[in-house]
Amino acid sequence: MGNPEIRRLRITFAKQGALRYSGHLDLHRVLVRTIRRAKLRLVYSQGFHPQPKIQLAAALPLGFASRAEIMDIWLTDAARDDHQKMAQQLQDAAPPGLTILDIREVDPRGPTLQTQVAAAEYEVTLLDAPDASDLDQRLAAVMDAESLPRERRGKAYDLRPLIYALHLLEPGDDGHPLLFMRLSARGGATGRPEEILSEMKISFENTHIERTRLIFEDISVE
Amino acid sequence: MLTPEQIETRLERVLLTVQKPGRYVGGEYNAITKDWDKTETKVALVFPDIYDLGVSNMGLKILYDQINQRPDALAERAYLPWTDMEAVMRGHGIPLYALESKHALADFDIVGFTLPYETLYTNTLNALDLAGIPLRSTERGEGHPLIIAGGHAAMNPEPMHAFIDAFVIGEGEDVIHEIIETVQKCGMSLQAAASRSDILRALAKIPGVYVPSLYEVTYHDDDTVAQITPRVPEAPEQIVKRIVGKLPPPPTRFIVPNIKIVHDRAPVEVMRGCTRGCRFCHAGMTTRPVRERSVEEILAAAEAAIDATGFEELALLSLSSSDYTHIVELVDAVSKRFLDRKLSVSLPSLRIESVSVDLMESLKKRRTSGFTLAPEAATERMRRIINKFITDEQLLETARQIYSRGWTTIKLYFMIGHPSETLDDVRAIAALCNRVLDEGRKVIGRKAKVHAGVGTFVPKPHTPFQWVACDTEEQIEAKQELLRRNLRNRNIKLSWTDSRDTMIEAFLTRGDRRMAEVIYSAWRKGAKFDAWGDQRRYEVWTEALADNGLDPDFYTHRPRRADEVFPWEHISTAVSKKFLFQDFRMSLEGEIRVDCREQCYACGILPTFAGMRRENPGEGWKCPEVKEKKRVASHG
Ligand code: SF4
Repeated sequence: MGNPEIRRLRITFAKQGALRYSGHLDLHRVLVRTIRRAKLRLVYSQGFHPQPKIQLAAALPLGFASRAEIMDIWLTDAARDDHQKMAQQLQDAAPPGLTILDIREVDPRGPTLQTQVAAAEYEVTLLDAPDASDLDQRLAAVMDAESLPRERRGKAYDLRPLIYALHLLEPGDDGHPLLFMRLSARGGATGRPEEILSEMKISFENTHIERTRLIFEDISVE
Repeated sequence: MLTPEQIETRLERVLLTVQKPGRYVGGEYNAITKDWDKTETKVALVFPDIYDLGVSNMGLKILYDQINQRPDALAERAYLPWTDMEAVMRGHGIPLYALESKHALADFDIVGFTLPYETLYTNTLNALDLAGIPLRSTERGEGHPLIIAGGHAAMNPEPMHAFIDAFVIGEGEDVIHEIIETVQKCGMSLQAAASRSDILRALAKIPGVYVPSLYEVTYHDDDTVAQITPRVPEAPEQIVKRIVGKLPPPPTRFIVPNIKIVHDRAPVEVMRGCTRGCRFCHAGMTTRPVRERSVEEILAAAEAAIDATGFEELALLSLSSSDYTHIVELVDAVSKRFLDRKLSVSLPSLRIESVSVDLMESLKKRRTSGFTLAPEAATERMRRIINKFITDEQLLETARQIYSRGWTTIKLYFMIGHPSETLDDVRAIAALCNRVLDEGRKVIGRKAKVHAGVGTFVPKPHTPFQWVACDTEEQIEAKQELLRRNLRNRNIKLSWTDSRDTMIEAFLTRGDRRMAEVIYSAWRKGAKFDAWGDQRRYEVWTEALADNGLDPDFYTHRPRRADEVFPWEHISTAVSKKFLFQDFRMSLEGEIRVDCREQCYACGILPTFAGMRRENPGEGWKCPEVKEKKRVASHG
């Protein structure tokens, strides 16, 4: 990456609406095509299967919305430095549900994006919520537990230390209870909202989950 | 019927319980959602299989583009839900809806199905049922959408006659506008409906539109068709297929799906039709005449499509790429213009000759994907019969070229079951695969591989082989067994078509009106997704035939009399029955007819479309020019 022409841009975007139903790999393809339509020139790997150089911070599970996704892209096009114009070009080329929120330039030699993510925050709308006192009890049960042993793909782990915060927010406009979660998002130690819901005996289909923030290593989260 | 908002609310709650929910939400780049209340005529275009297959259908892409260009009409899309989603929709009372506005299909003025192949018939009934629209045209009345269908299988519309109000025979670009205008003129909208029969009679007057309910069919004692008679003056005796004299500007603003689909790429139609005249080929016979686009138009469309979609692959579509007059120039220009833009280019149906290897080489095709050749038959005798003549030496020489230029795998496509085929012809397939592999061995040693894809021939309406019998299940299985025994080589991979798939296609494709009840019973008994080997339920079809007192052998294994009236006799592809029969007789003699660009065989296209040819002089068409009217009269 010693080439001075190459620039690395960090783009924050929202993924909502119909696009919620595209999985991680699908989203990757949607983003690459959006960038191609915006006529930004991505850096490609060499060889018979040239792959565009693009990194996503943290996979977002199918069905989740997000107003805080982050990707890094590497461009060969050194002439462009007007981030606002670039954001507009990308927005014009984006499918419904993809909103470009921020673009900034970062050090092309910096660490991969995935390794920088420490935690993620979520807001969970409970469409079929239990009544208020019941809900409080279930929340307390999770937070007061010493440990929450679970299994993921045959491997035992403790969910409790992956939960940094879990509490109710003011209900949204539709009156449904709104749950806030801050969970670890480090490689090999990722807390998943649906696992906390399962501990609370709330069915995942009856919720609407939105990721609201990704927190990087250099910010204290605990 | 549920409102779009109600449908959306219900969907929200169920989508995460099904596989690949992205199939059911729309919201793709380039999808067009017009103002529903301000648009006069609403058309839903349906591909009766899942989204993953339907999005890439070229016919519907063209119609979507054509209709949405009109300020007074809108087109939206719908596909069949996979079985898991179907169960959820039925369980939650969600009707089949269009992806753009989420309106139920029943809210549209026109619902148009594409029927590219017969195994979509039961899915079509399922789509109507899921949409809450009565299945039979006779059960539909004022307030129900008009149900139309087109596509290759619609060239024999009779098996689906009971369910479709009007068929489009041939190319849809012009006709769709005439249909929309007729519907508008008749004042058909769901609120203020004219009498449905008035609309149908008005539609029957549009050239190329077939309204089956306006015809009567009588049968002989031996169950063959006696006569097909129009019942009203508006209905013509012959419905001649529609074509466009000049291919209109190709669509470029393609839907870019948000999930992975089959054929995820930008297609540009290079030409339509084929002059080769392979006798088994339905497309080759029914899409005549050949009309080509200019290199400039193709390049401009490719550029616009790539800009508008961001796709990584460009597909140059035609029935026979090698036959495009300017193929070398086109491929050259394409590789200069696009290959540095991380774009791969696909070029289907190349002829078995070394030029094809040059073409693929200049497209820098990845050598890993294998090089495809379709000799279709393995003996020179058989290739004469099917009119796809090349010598074995030509094939072996091409194979040598392919292996020596870096490919390790050659995919060879054959068919078994050609007319007059013997077991020797079948053994020859195995022998030829081995000879091709030997060529590879000589050049690249043990790395050389062959994939043999062996389909089974099904006689198709409107082809020179419409008179012949299809092999029986037993014959097919014996031939497949013979191939398996003769191809025990770990460097040759063999794949074949299940004989039951062949049988279903065979009785449907040459079916008459009585087949409609069979399709209906099969659907009632649960037949759907017949094109999917793991979903197809053959026993349901045999029961459905028996329930309706029909013998599948009558449709499948019976050679037709020379003077037999076919169920599709009233549908004209403009290629005359006389020409087809003559071509059939020639095949029995092993006589070939080479490319009709070199010599016109008077197949019937020119007299039918003489006016159009005169309006489009020059090299766009591959039929000879028509100068004066007198010549035309003596032509056919
Ligand atoms: S009219 Fe002649 S040139 Fe044209 S398609 Fe028929 S045979 Fe070929």
